[in-house]
Amino acid sequence: MAAEDKESQAHRPEAIASAVQIQDVSKVYRHPNGTKVVALDGFSLSVREGEMVSLIGPSGCGKSTLLRMIAGLESPTQGDLRVDGQPIRGPSATRGFMFQDPSLFPWLNVRRNIQAGLVARGVLHSRRAAVEEYLELVGLAPFAHLYPHQLSGGMAQRAALARALINDPQLLLLDEPLGALDQFTRMRMQDEVLQLWRVRRITMLLVTHDIDEAIYMSDRIVIMTPSPGRVEQVITVPQDRPRHRNDARFLALRSEILERLNFTGE
Amino acid sequence: MAGAICALGLWDLITLKLNWAPLPYFPGPDRVFQGMWEDRTILLRSAYHSLLLQMSGFLTGAAAGIVSGVLIGWSRRLHYCGMPVLKFIGPIPATAYVPLVMVLFSDAFVSGSALIALTVWFPVTMLTTSGIVNVPVALLDVARTLGAGRMYLVFRVAIPSAMPNIFLGLFMGLGASFLTLVVAETVGVKAGLGWYVKWQQGYLEYAKVYGALILMAIFFSSLMTLLFKIRDHILGWQQGLIRW
Repeated sequence: MAAEDKESQAHRPEAIASAVQIQDVSKVYRHPNGTKVVALDGFSLSVREGEMVSLIGPSGCGKSTLLRMIAGLESPTQGDLRVDGQPIRGPSATRGFMFQDPSLFPWLNVRRNIQAGLVARGVLHSRRAAVEEYLELVGLAPFAHLYPHQLSGGMAQRAALARALINDPQLLLLDEPLGALDQFTRMRMQDEVLQLWRVRRITMLLVTHDIDEAIYMSDRIVIMTPSPGRVEQVITVPQDRPRHRNDARFLALRSEILERLNFTGE
Repeated sequence: MAGAICALGLWDLITLKLNWAPLPYFPGPDRVFQGMWEDRTILLRSAYHSLLLQMSGFLTGAAAGIVSGVLIGWSRRLHYCGMPVLKFIGPIPATAYVPLVMVLFSDAFVSGSALIALTVWFPVTMLTTSGIVNVPVALLDVARTLGAGRMYLVFRVAIPSAMPNIFLGLFMGLGASFLTLVVAETVGVKAGLGWYVKWQQGYLEYAKVYGALILMAIFFSSLMTLLFKIRDHILGWQQGLIRW
């Protein structure tokens, strides 16, 4: 892919990767009418620098909540979350986030959406060249002037990806960003994200309910149970990348995980 | 254009030719245009004064409305204090405030302007507040994960998101300002279209009254069109997203 050449030529400081420590985290939502929802209960996980970890599980297992807590958008009811040993004090550009819905700013075109982070941090002037670089990287250079409603789902997610990455985050949190895309676009995007990860080597935490995606992309897979959300099992995927979806080991792992998930569904 | 000529023809027919609408209340077009032409200097000067009064009131009210709308919409504390005040002062019509402004401001122009500003302030604030309150949390979350501070969140996310609502408020304010303009000109101004209408009404010169009303209609619709043009430019991004 042409992007690979561009990546190696880019004069950009290497993004340092973050490590994440989650210790015994609980999250309880209390509704105004008195009902209590335990989203997470005693969740613990350690993510090493540069690792790609997937969180997989059925709806209601608290995976999105966990991601939002690492991003700093929510706080735990109990427990400790640390990034590089430091407690999390709110959102930051060093912890990039890709949402399920691209949530591009509708009043800005693609280029301005991508540079939004630079504008927000007041560094647009010094980093202006990066905007063109990232437009090329995600293949949206010919569409830079378009508005979000004129983009397809895949294009919008690519723009959202560029928007998050242009800030050189040390950690990228992905909350089912490919869920709304069709199978083909999804597979292509998975390769693109993997490629970006391979070059930048930042830490990535991916929430997904697609088992194939988890096996294809991750170093480790964390299987979660629902209500309350807990770690059921952590599986290390030993295979080298690129992985083949019809490989015997791939399929074996797939059945194993399916079994695990079905079992915990009872 | 064709519509205007038809209307003119119809008017002529009804008044002069068929005498369905009798004098002195319903003069024909010939007398109206003659009256307009006779008083053209006074009318132009009045139009100018009305424009000054209306624009100064509208711009002040709109600016104040946007500021208070953003504050009330964004800050929970200000929302709590501000909303009751808004709901109490806002709906009171301008006419009720006439004696108040006459006492507060010695100058007739300033009183009139203040009246218009007050009328415009209410809808602009209400709709700006609603626009800010309705900013999707997802957009604010995204901005925060991109490293945005409060300034960026308010000025570069909340306000652009609220723009369609803000413009709705501006349109409502503009319409309200036209109504209040006529009231404002009873406060003792020396020139203006509303003042002219009252003056000529006193002499039962209805031809001249209609002349001024025609001028008022042109004046108001031009300003409305101008605001539409400004909206089209600023909200251009909505094209294709909503039924334009």
